[in-house]
Amino acid sequence: MHRIHSHRVLAEKIHEFWIEAPLVARKYRAGQFVIVRTHEFGERIPLTVVEADANSGRIRLIVQEAGKSTILMCRLQAGEHFLDVVGPLGRATHIENWGNLVAVCGGVGTASLLPIVRAAAAAGNSVYAVIGSRSKDLMILEDEFRAACKEVRVSTDDGTYGIKGFVTDVLRQWIEQGQKFQQAIIVGPVIMMKVAAALTKELAIPALASLNPIMVDGTGMCGGCRVTVHGKTYFACVDGPEFDAHGVDFQELILRNQAYRNLEERALHGLLDKGCQLTAQLEGAKHA
Amino acid sequence: MPDGTAAPKKAKRERVPRVKMAEQAPEKRIHNFEEVPFGYTEEQAIVEANRCLICKRPKCVDGCPVNIDIPKFIAQIRDGDFLGAARTVRATNSLPAVCGRVCPQAEQCEVLCVEGIKHEPVAIGNLERFIADWELAQGQIALPEIPPPTGYRIAVVGSGPAGLTVAGDLAKIGHDVTVFEALHRPSGVLAYGIPEFRLPRPVVKSEIEYIQRLGVKFVYDVVIGVTVTVDELFEQGFHAVFIGTGAGLPRMMNVPGENLVGVYSANEFLTRVNLMGASRDGYDTPVRLAKHTVVVGGGNTAMDAARVSLRVSGNPVTLAYRRSMEEIPARREEIHHAIEEGIKFELLVAPLEVLGDERGQVKAIQCIRMGLGEPDDSGRRRPEPIAGSEFVMECDTVIVAIGNSPNPIIPRNTPGLEVSKWGTVVADEATGATSRPGVYAGGDIVSGAATVILAMGAGRKAATAIHEYLQTLPKP
Repeated sequence: MHRIHSHRVLAEKIHEFWIEAPLVARKYRAGQFVIVRTHEFGERIPLTVVEADANSGRIRLIVQEAGKSTILMCRLQAGEHFLDVVGPLGRATHIENWGNLVAVCGGVGTASLLPIVRAAAAAGNSVYAVIGSRSKDLMILEDEFRAACKEVRVSTDDGTYGIKGFVTDVLRQWIEQGQKFQQAIIVGPVIMMKVAAALTKELAIPALASLNPIMVDGTGMCGGCRVTVHGKTYFACVDGPEFDAHGVDFQELILRNQAYRNLEERALHGLLDKGCQLTAQLEGAKHA
Repeated sequence: MPDGTAAPKKAKRERVPRVKMAEQAPEKRIHNFEEVPFGYTEEQAIVEANRCLICKRPKCVDGCPVNIDIPKFIAQIRDGDFLGAARTVRATNSLPAVCGRVCPQAEQCEVLCVEGIKHEPVAIGNLERFIADWELAQGQIALPEIPPPTGYRIAVVGSGPAGLTVAGDLAKIGHDVTVFEALHRPSGVLAYGIPEFRLPRPVVKSEIEYIQRLGVKFVYDVVIGVTVTVDELFEQGFHAVFIGTGAGLPRMMNVPGENLVGVYSANEFLTRVNLMGASRDGYDTPVRLAKHTVVVGGGNTAMDAARVSLRVSGNPVTLAYRRSMEEIPARREEIHHAIEEGIKFELLVAPLEVLGDERGQVKAIQCIRMGLGEPDDSGRRRPEPIAGSEFVMECDTVIVAIGNSPNPIIPRNTPGLEVSKWGTVVADEATGATSRPGVYAGGDIVSGAATVILAMGAGRKAATAIHEYLQTLPKP
C-alpha cells in the first residue's frame, strides 16, 4: 500500500499526486515510469514519474482523467492509498551534452518531459521548450519549465495564451528566426508527436519521442506495448519508452491505443449507470 | 470391480482397465471456467492404485524431475494410508496439486511404467492429483518438522514454479527465505498463464499458503534488477540469491501485420483474463470479444489461449500449427479437451501475413500449407511450405503462442552474470550455479521455455546446491 501524501488539481481533469514509494524514489532516473493499481479490481496503469524525492521516499505523478480507471484514481484523496506501485520501469533517458536541446510537449505529456528537461539542463545543455495545450486553463507546469529552461514558448489551440496554433508552428517560427537546435525531445498526444517528429525530420534535427502504448505488466511479459521503429518491433516497456522519433510508426500507435475504446466507453457508462457516488461528479464534469 | 482392499501380493492379479476421471461435459464447460476433470473418488483411487505393480526397481521415478517415490505413495493409497501418501509426495514435491494437473506425465513417469509396456500405464498423475486434493480437503496441510533457524537468508527472485520450489525446500531445512515478485500476485505462470479450468485458483492459493506457513516471506511489486539489484540483495545481508524469472518475453511471428489491433501474444491475452480478471464482472481490465479467433502455435499455451478465447467470446476458435498431430507438443489431454470443445485444428499451416482493415483492425490471416521434409535439429520433420497453397482465413483476433524468450531485465542489470547468446542465464545443470558466487538460477530463465515440472526439478537441485554452498560460509 502506498499512501497518498498530497493530491491537487493542476487544471481541469489533470491531477498531481505525491505518493509514498521509497524503493522507486531511491532508484528513479528521468524518463522512467511506474505501473500502479488503485484497487483490487483495477487495471495496471503505466504513469511517467515526474519527480522523485529519495529523502522523503515520495514520487510525483501527474494523471489526466481519461477512462474509468484514471477517473477513479483521481477521486483518491491525501491519506488514502494506491494498492500497488511498481518500478521504476523502462530505460532512463540517455542524456548527452547535445548543446541546444528543444523540448516539445503537449497536454499531460508536458509532465513527462519536465524531469528530462531538468536532467538535460543539469548535464550542461541549453534547454528550450515549446509547450502546447488546448487552452490557457489547461497549461500545466509552465513555471517549472521556465525555471529549468533558457526560454519557453507556448501555444494554445484557441489562442487564449501564447501563439494560436500548434507546437509545430512555434518550433518552425523559432527556427526561421535563426535559433539552432542540436536535439529535440517530443512527448505528448500521439498525433502531436507524429507531426512534431515529421517537422524535426524535415529540419534535420535528431529527435527522441517518449511513447505511451497500452501495457499490462510493464516488464516485457505481455508484449502489448509493441511499437514499430524503423520497421522493427520493440517492446516499449523494456526497450523504451523513448525511441528515435524519426523512425516511429505513429499511425500504428494511434490505432493500437484505440484498441479498447468501445469497451472503455461502455465501462464509463457502466460507472454512470450504477448510480455510485461518482455519478454526480461525473455528470458535473460532462456538462461543465 | 475389486472391493478396494489391498491386493494380496502373490495372488494372480486381475487385469483392470485404467480408471478414467469423470469430466464436465464439453457443451457445458465451454460456458464456464470450472475445472474439466473432477478427480478420482477414494474408491477410484484405490482401484487405480491396485493396478500398480510396485516394481522393486521402479522406472517411473527416473522419469520424474523431482524424483517422487512413486511406488511408495501409490502403495500407501492402495492401503488407504492417504496421509502417508500425501507426505511421501510432499517430501520431494512442494506443489503436488499443481503437478498432478499440469505435468506432462505421458512423457515423463507414465511413459516408463512397466504396466504400460503391454497395457495402459498406471495413472500416476491422476493419483498425485487425488492425494494432493485429499490433503487440501482435510484443511491445513500438516507441516513437516522444521529444524531451528540457521540464520542464513536467501532471496528468491520470481514466485513461479522454480522459485516456489527453491523457497519451500530451503525453508523446510530452517533457512530464512524471501521471495520477490514483480507482479502484484504470487505464482508467476501459475497465476497469469494457466487458466482456471486447468488449474483452479484455490489450488494454487493453498499451495502458496503452505509455503508461507513454512516461513517463506513474499514481497510483491519489486522487480529485481530494477527496483533492487542483485548486488543490493547481498548488501542487504542475503547470503545467496536464486533467479527464477522465467521465459516471460513473448516471441512474435515476424510477419507483416503483426502489430494490427487484435493481434495478441498469448501471454497478453492470458494475463488479461487469468491475472487481471478481464472476463469477470466488476474487473476493469478489458479484453477483445472475438468473433473468430485464430491461435498460432501447438503447445500447451496455444491450447490454453484457444480454450480461454472460446469461453470468453463464445465464438469459433481455430488453431493453426505448422506441423502435424504427430509433432504437436501440447499434452495429449489438452488436445483432446480442445477438440471435444470444438476448437478447429488447421494442421500443417503457417501464417504469412495478418491482414487489416482501414481502421488497423485484424480482418483475416493469410496462411500457407506445409509439407514435412527431412528431420531438423530437434529430430522432428521440418515443415516446408507448399508452393501455391496460400489461403486466407477471416478472423478478427489472432493470438500468437509460439514460445517465449528469457526475460532480459536481470541479465541486463546484473554485472558479472554470464548470459548465453539466446539471453538465457548460464547455470550448471546439476547445481544451478551461475558465473557469480552465491547466485543460482533455474527454470525457464536457464533452459528457455519449458514446463512447470522441469522448472521445479531445476529448483530442487538448486536448493540442494544452495544449502551446500551456505555450509561453506561463516555462521551468521
